[in-house]
Amino acid sequence: MKEGKNNNKDKQRNIFTSIYRAFKSFGTAFSVFLGIILLLGLLRTYVTPQFISTIFKGEIFLDTILGSIFGSISAGNPVTSYIIGGELLKQGISLFAVTAFMVAWVTVGIVQLPAEAAFLGKRFAIFRNLLSFILSIIVAIGTVVMLQMIQ
Amino acid sequence: MKNKNREKKKTRKSYGIIFLAFVVVVYFILFTLNRENVYRSLRVSGNILVNLIPVLLLVILFIGIANYFFKPKAVSKYLGKESGIKGWFVAALAGILSHGPIYVWYPLLKEFRQKGMRTGLIGVFLYNRAIKIPLLPLLIYYFGTAFTILLLMWMIIASLAEGKIIEIIDSKFIEKFL
Repeated sequence: MKEGKNNNKDKQRNIFTSIYRAFKSFGTAFSVFLGIILLLGLLRTYVTPQFISTIFKGEIFLDTILGSIFGSISAGNPVTSYIIGGELLKQGISLFAVTAFMVAWVTVGIVQLPAEAAFLGKRFAIFRNLLSFILSIIVAIGTVVMLQMIQ
Repeated sequence: MKNKNREKKKTRKSYGIIFLAFVVVVYFILFTLNRENVYRSLRVSGNILVNLIPVLLLVILFIGIANYFFKPKAVSKYLGKESGIKGWFVAALAGILSHGPIYVWYPLLKEFRQKGMRTGLIGVFLYNRAIKIPLLPLLIYYFGTAFTILLLMWMIIASLAEGKIIEIIDSKFIEKFL
């Protein structure tokens, strides 16, 4: 009976220790998070939808790559990318470019790269982001071509 | 081994401080050029931080609980080498269902990686974070149902492709990623 009680106490202590350790590991990472959050603040102030719309040139392939580049350096809630994407479409930017922009927005993270590298390794972070960048172009072309085929 | 881990932690800590110092320097430079924009950026950052706190607490709790319940054997079973197709499915689904910004999930992934999670599955998880079910109605509103279905289909395929490529590169061509 006593042993059972002790076991329960040990279990409780262990789960709280686990949570405490997780909290401590976040403390170590806090400087990285704070840096990322401050960078996001700058980004949202300086990179506006109006600024992005002035970048596109009207050539489908080049615009798709530009869409991926701007999606990669932008960051934030996916909702913001849908809204900007919708606005860009209204301004006559091709669906290829807008799709590439939205996909890169959520899959490539230049701003978060330092944090990703710190936790998951520099090589992994760079390779994964590079691959996601290339895939954002492929996904955009694949999606829009198939959409045009069925419509 | 313990010393190595301690050294790694120290490197990560100093890396974080250098990175933060770099961002602060950028702020100072911009402050001399345009004060108003810097104040606006700080307000935006403050809002992000306030919105992030509940998610951060949730993730910390999640990491603590995961550390307690998911021993290396369990992680290896569901996300390790022996996980097979089930592992790809679990990673994709976890990516879709996970909440909050991508960077708050890095520490948990690191923990899981140390317990045996496949590198490719980390790629699958991170890519599928792009798909958020509660946001689908909004995507449909802006771009239509056909576009949304096709985009999701292509993104799931791309996530699996990314995971597979990472795994191949990780195991064959260059030094281990992690």
